[in-house]
Amino acid sequence: MAAPLTLLLIVAVTIRAALYRSSLADLISERVEVVSPLTAWKRVVEGLALLDLGVSPYSGDVFHETPLIIYFFHFLVDYAEITFMLADVITAVALYMTVKDYNKQVFRKQKYALEADRYPLDCLELIRSPKEMYYIPLKVAMFYLLNPFTILSCVAKSTCGLNNAVIALFILSTIKGNVLLSAVFLSLATYQSIYPLTLCAAALLYLMQRQYIPVNYRRASFWWFIAQYAFMYLGSLFVIVCLSFFLLGSWDYLPSVYGFILSVPDLTPNIGLFWYFFAEMFEHFRLFFLCVFQINVFFYTIPLSIKLKEHPVFLIFMQLAVISIFKSYPTVGDIALYLAFLPVWSHLHRFLRNIFLVSCVLLACSALFPVLWHLWIYAGSANSNFYYAITLLFNVAQILLVSDYFYAFLRREHHLTYGLYLKRKDGSEATLVLK
Amino acid sequence: MAITMPLSSIIHKQPQKQRDKWPSNDFQEELVIRPLHSGDIYASFQFRTLWETDFMRGNKVSHYRLFPKSLGQVISKFSVRELHISFTQGYWRTMQWGQPFLPSPPGAELWVWFQDSVTDVDGTWKELTNVLSGIFCASLNFIDSTNTVQPSASFKPLGIGNVTDHSFLRYATLPREIVCTENLTPWKKLLPCGSKAGLAVLLKSEKLFHSSFHSQAVHIRPVCQDWQCKTTSWELRQTLNVVFDLHTPGQGKREWSLFKMFSRTLTEACPLASSSKIYIDITDNPQGEQFEVSPATPLLSQAMVLGDRRTFSVYDLTQQITFGTVRSLNLLIRWKSSEGYIHYQPSKDRVRPHLLEMLVQLPPNSVTEVTVQFERALLKWTEYTPDPNHGFYVGSSVISSLVPSIVAMDTNSTREQPLFSSFFPCKEESSYFVRVYTEPLLVNLPTPDFSMPYNVICLTCTVVAVGYGSLYNLLTRSFQIDEPSPGLAKRIANIIRKMRGVPPL
Repeated sequence: MAAPLTLLLIVAVTIRAALYRSSLADLISERVEVVSPLTAWKRVVEGLALLDLGVSPYSGDVFHETPLIIYFFHFLVDYAEITFMLADVITAVALYMTVKDYNKQVFRKQKYALEADRYPLDCLELIRSPKEMYYIPLKVAMFYLLNPFTILSCVAKSTCGLNNAVIALFILSTIKGNVLLSAVFLSLATYQSIYPLTLCAAALLYLMQRQYIPVNYRRASFWWFIAQYAFMYLGSLFVIVCLSFFLLGSWDYLPSVYGFILSVPDLTPNIGLFWYFFAEMFEHFRLFFLCVFQINVFFYTIPLSIKLKEHPVFLIFMQLAVISIFKSYPTVGDIALYLAFLPVWSHLHRFLRNIFLVSCVLLACSALFPVLWHLWIYAGSANSNFYYAITLLFNVAQILLVSDYFYAFLRREHHLTYGLYLKRKDGSEATLVLK
Repeated sequence: MAITMPLSSIIHKQPQKQRDKWPSNDFQEELVIRPLHSGDIYASFQFRTLWETDFMRGNKVSHYRLFPKSLGQVISKFSVRELHISFTQGYWRTMQWGQPFLPSPPGAELWVWFQDSVTDVDGTWKELTNVLSGIFCASLNFIDSTNTVQPSASFKPLGIGNVTDHSFLRYATLPREIVCTENLTPWKKLLPCGSKAGLAVLLKSEKLFHSSFHSQAVHIRPVCQDWQCKTTSWELRQTLNVVFDLHTPGQGKREWSLFKMFSRTLTEACPLASSSKIYIDITDNPQGEQFEVSPATPLLSQAMVLGDRRTFSVYDLTQQITFGTVRSLNLLIRWKSSEGYIHYQPSKDRVRPHLLEMLVQLPPNSVTEVTVQFERALLKWTEYTPDPNHGFYVGSSVISSLVPSIVAMDTNSTREQPLFSSFFPCKEESSYFVRVYTEPLLVNLPTPDFSMPYNVICLTCTVVAVGYGSLYNLLTRSFQIDEPSPGLAKRIANIIRKMRGVPPL
């Protein structure tokens, strides 16, 4: 499988290189759907220029990247294009290896369950075979690399690509069972944007199951493992934070980066829900709704982990989706990361209910974003409500997509336990509802 | 050794006796580099071959040493007295670059003085253009009677000869002719050392044609060999003028080096050359305050060029010491950063504005542009003025300056003078203070819809609730088989039966 992957990497790099050389690169790097005040390349260049001028990059309101990013690009600013292409390649390869490993485990679990006769007889057609799972890793890499959202994000040199790379490496190290690397990459991802913190629950569940530690809060080994992981995570986070302090000599970056993410002072339009909401918010309720919206991102962690404790990888997918939809400054690069996981759940297609509607809405909204932006800002014939409406629709479509896959996943699990063709008490064919 | 000699004694002047007796075959090469005001750089190569021979009397010459054979045969076959041909790409911008050493028009230009012995000048001209187009790989064969003229007043011979009959002169120009590597290669082949040694190693086409102006020319004329002009010899000059643009390489740093211009450095002079020198024009930089040249050289030279006395730093490539220990010479011209003072205080939203202060020295007769990129922000709906569609004002910029004054200003402020002349204090006599304000800027910011706060809150919370609701349903409910609910009659009957304690229907 190395040859098709290499071919895919070459094609992806060629497309990105071709777009870098064209005149579209400047156009794309200014689109608000692709870059946000947190991730824009123009702001990184501004921060570096301010640093050269001797002024702290955080003294203004333009630069909101972490100090490690400044020093990373201080040496690499001339090779920025190669860096972002490399980040995309690393993400794709990490996802490829992750999914390959995960498929092996799925197949192994299935084999044990089959031998233990745990599946009812009529749901054998739901059993997956290695032949159908063979091309899934390649499809995942393809879904990530050839996704127009990823290509746009890479050509715009949005640092979201670097964040995606770190998250992908975190997922890879979790799947491979390496506790230390998993904690280190998670702390890097959290350091850059706070929200990946919710992925720690999924990582803990997975690692515990891999090491055969029972997931039971009454057991001591459970708490001991959590303490170990927390120690490694907090330790690496502490090291990174102190390193940032010493790099720039001040704690200025804390309010500029984390205060900015949490308090949302910049209301530049993007594809998320926060901007117009807080532009039209009554001042009296601002703090209240800010807390509500931020808690909303972290809120689903515990319930989802309880429901999906046997399936931590699906939990990771759900968490990534929830972060991408409800974070304060989302961009299309965040969406591309969780969309890359869709081929892993391609066996759920028979239980999906809304997929046609959702994909039509997503395509239509992606096409309408630039049109309505142009009409609002340049032509002046529309107003902000048009763009806002498309934002709402886009997010509703994403929510429907995620909940649809969740529904299909739970339904398949139900069928695997109770059988595929269910009968009512009087023997006629049954319909399954949620009650 | 040369460094310890006092500078005044090293200013060269050609000693008289050296000129009286030149060797019969002589080759000199030189490169003049002149930094221009805009940061561009002008490099002019000249390669001169002198040959004491006589083409004019129709002697058959067969032994060629430094003089290229192809040109020698052209001169003798077509009885050429003077030949000047140039190929130029680009237009010389006199306003920005000053005067060139050797001017040339865009495209190709050819003018030739034939000798008196030629009977059919037009026919010879036609054959000559065809032969030259073969030598230089250019389409000079398009020169015919439609673009040839015989100037009567200008283009007098540049060499010896007091010819007045302008019927032996032909001038043609092809403005459409493009210069490219195919023209440079045969031009380089005419040099005695080719492009293998000496200054000609710098002539690489990738860099030369990546310039704002490129001109290569060949000039052949008879010259006097001594002061009394008793003997004549043929002079062949090959010149190449090129102006490199500061901004093409992509870096804004104002520095030039041989490597940056030509992507080569020099390792030796041409062994066949009697003199091989590089001149750098430092007239605008007497004390070294504008730019610095490295490696430093003690040799200085002054020359009268275009009516102006200019000073040059000289690098003699025939001396081994010029190449130093590394055996290669890479001249570096670095502009001293103008100690302008820049104070920038970035803004913080809702706390303080931007402040940009620059202390700039503006060059004379120039236009300086300062550009600032900005993005428009969306504000909270309460932060807009009651007339949001009018726009937001950005205050005027201020320029404060001390302007030289023609008359002496009065520094004594206590003297009796009208009020209108005594506002700004005057510190020195030679300049006065002036402050200029620009127009304010009106910027249109995108506005949200001010009638919509409640609607927006409702709609956004609805979307969040859709997300919450779907996930809540999937998390708290489980799959069950759907049993149809019995009809109304049956349900009432079941209630009555439950009350009686009887099992339901």
